[in-house]
Amino acid sequence: MHIVVCVKQVPDSQSVKFDQNTNVMLREGVASILNPFDAYAVEEALRLKEKLGGSITAISMGPAQAESALREAIAMGVDKGILVNDPALAGSDAWVTGYVLALAIRKLGDAGLVICGKQGADGETAQVGPGIAAHLNVPQITYVRKIDEIDDKHLVAQRLLEEGHEFIDSSLPCVLTVVKEINEPRIASLKGKMAAKKAQIVKWTVLDIGADPAKVGLGGSTTKVLKIFAPPARQGGQIFTGEPEQVIGRLVEQLKDVVTAAAK
Amino acid sequence: MSGSIDLYKDVWVFAEQNNGKILSVTFELLGEGRKLADSLGVNLCAVLLGSGIQDKAQDLAARGAQKIYIVDKPELAVFNDESYTAVLVDLVNKHKPGILLCGATTVGRSMSARAAALLNTGLIADCVGLVIDPATKNLLQTRPTLAGSLMSTSVTPGHRPQMATVRRKVMKEALLDTGRNSEILLQEVAAEVLKSRTKRLKLEVEAETTVNIVDADIIVSGGRGMQNAEGFAILRDLAGVLGAGVGASRAAVDSSWIAYSHQVGQTGKTVCPKIYFACGISGQIQHLAGISASDIIIAINKDPDAPIFKIATYGVVGDLFKLIPILTQEFRKLLKK
Ligand SMILES: Cc1cc2nc3c(=O)[nH]c(=O)nc-3n(C[C@H](O)[C@H](O)[C@H](O)COP(=O)(O)OP(=O)(O)OC[C@H]3O[C@@H](n4cnc5c(N)ncnc54)[C@H](O)[C@@H]3O)c2cc1C
Repeated sequence: MHIVVCVKQVPDSQSVKFDQNTNVMLREGVASILNPFDAYAVEEALRLKEKLGGSITAISMGPAQAESALREAIAMGVDKGILVNDPALAGSDAWVTGYVLALAIRKLGDAGLVICGKQGADGETAQVGPGIAAHLNVPQITYVRKIDEIDDKHLVAQRLLEEGHEFIDSSLPCVLTVVKEINEPRIASLKGKMAAKKAQIVKWTVLDIGADPAKVGLGGSTTKVLKIFAPPARQGGQIFTGEPEQVIGRLVEQLKDVVTAAAK
Repeated sequence: MSGSIDLYKDVWVFAEQNNGKILSVTFELLGEGRKLADSLGVNLCAVLLGSGIQDKAQDLAARGAQKIYIVDKPELAVFNDESYTAVLVDLVNKHKPGILLCGATTVGRSMSARAAALLNTGLIADCVGLVIDPATKNLLQTRPTLAGSLMSTSVTPGHRPQMATVRRKVMKEALLDTGRNSEILLQEVAAEVLKSRTKRLKLEVEAETTVNIVDADIIVSGGRGMQNAEGFAILRDLAGVLGAGVGASRAAVDSSWIAYSHQVGQTGKTVCPKIYFACGISGQIQHLAGISASDIIIAINKDPDAPIFKIATYGVVGDLFKLIPILTQEFRKLLKK
């Protein structure tokens, strides 16, 4: 089976720092990494390939430096990386991303399964996976925690729900978005890293995938960001120190009314 | 979308139901939707999909829905991404709402993302603030991003409907008034709209989640400081006394002390309880992303410099294994349990 994983490069939230007084994000020195949620998608594709054979293509839409996310995927064992890269794509929103990735997948022609992370660690929209499925007119299963069965024509996957999980049968091709629980992503081997360094990343433009220029980039985006601001900072409150019985007594005194109201 | 954006008027709320029970987030959306509809001078409507659910319309009417669009079909008995989305898209194309709100639940987020792609319109996910811009009449949608470290306000200026998923428990529920009247509009859809290539085989309800943390008013969470799976026993005792849900940091989940469905934070669940107890949790940004909307945060940690104390409403410095049993005992007395 030909499996496609969609990956994205994001700022490493571990290295994001904030100005203590203004709460503004300090962008300098912020490293970029493979979206952590996408690492689960890559790992799941690798496990399926080990079982079913076939090949894996990783696709990303983004600026030239997003190549490094594709190389990270190749280092883990993905066969091929495609970067959809075009100045016309700058400022694209989630709608456009779903549209563009769907067209790139269609150009590949033979994808049996598409796997995405549940969301980007930066934008956190969780819209791209379902967007790809909609544009390709294939079924989707979001928030997948386990794939129980798979063959050429169908799969059974478990979707995480608020109250538990449901088992869903889907025909293939389909799009899955996966959660952290599904696997433990492997660390790239030295050999993998070497292969990734040498790998030729295929580059496609808007024209190559046959996208409507009016539907991409800032102009094609359906949404516009008006402003970005720091959230109202939560203030630290009262800290109790001392003997256990004493501090708990003081805490319970403060919480008496709210706890009585909220307890069930 | 089809036709000029001026044709798109009313405010719609997707009435999410599970097993015939309307979720409380729906009432929150009707509360918020009422304000938006009033400031635009349009109707507030609800869309209810399911099987044998027509009697639930009265619950929506009592919360102020003026028109209720219902599709009642056996194929819609449980949520299905394809058929639910196709039915919703069909209704939107027929009736042209200006705004469409869904809960930011698994169902709401999956369906609305697929629907927005098919409707060629914008969707802003996980909103915590909605207001009409007096100048343009566009919906201003505010949401957290980058693990809650930033907020952004967006619009969908040239496409309709303006779609949003809204975080649970952020908006106030519409007040209940059974004296309200509303128009029930039973809708028919073409047979192919109800078709789907996926099928639910079964549902497994999580045994341990006696109280679902997403809905809980009180959550008792443990982190690496709980030391091992057995450590969580004292949290379960406390949770039992309070009728609370049990949450966990990623460190605790990754150590397999508790199931992933309990994880709170950026890679887990976003929660919004009245009271959140963080026990043996240091308070890294990815954990805080999931709890910052809680009313009261109580931190119990032996390290006085733990970052969690910077945002906690109340903090107790000390050994949680000594403190929590005393706390449980005190609450048991208070609540006479
Ligand atoms: C992309 C990404 C996503 C992530 N998503 C999440 C997420 O969704 N949720 C999440 O929680 N984390 C997430 N993390 C991990 C996060 O960065 C932290 O590593 C994690 O939250 C730490 O968990 P902790 O606070 O339990 O452990 P620690 O940071 O190790 O803190 C343990 C605390 O327990 C205290 N303690 C120890 N013993 C005792 C005792 N006897 N009594 C009292 N206090 C004690 C210590 O003082 C310490 O403060 C994510 C990280 C990344 C990179």
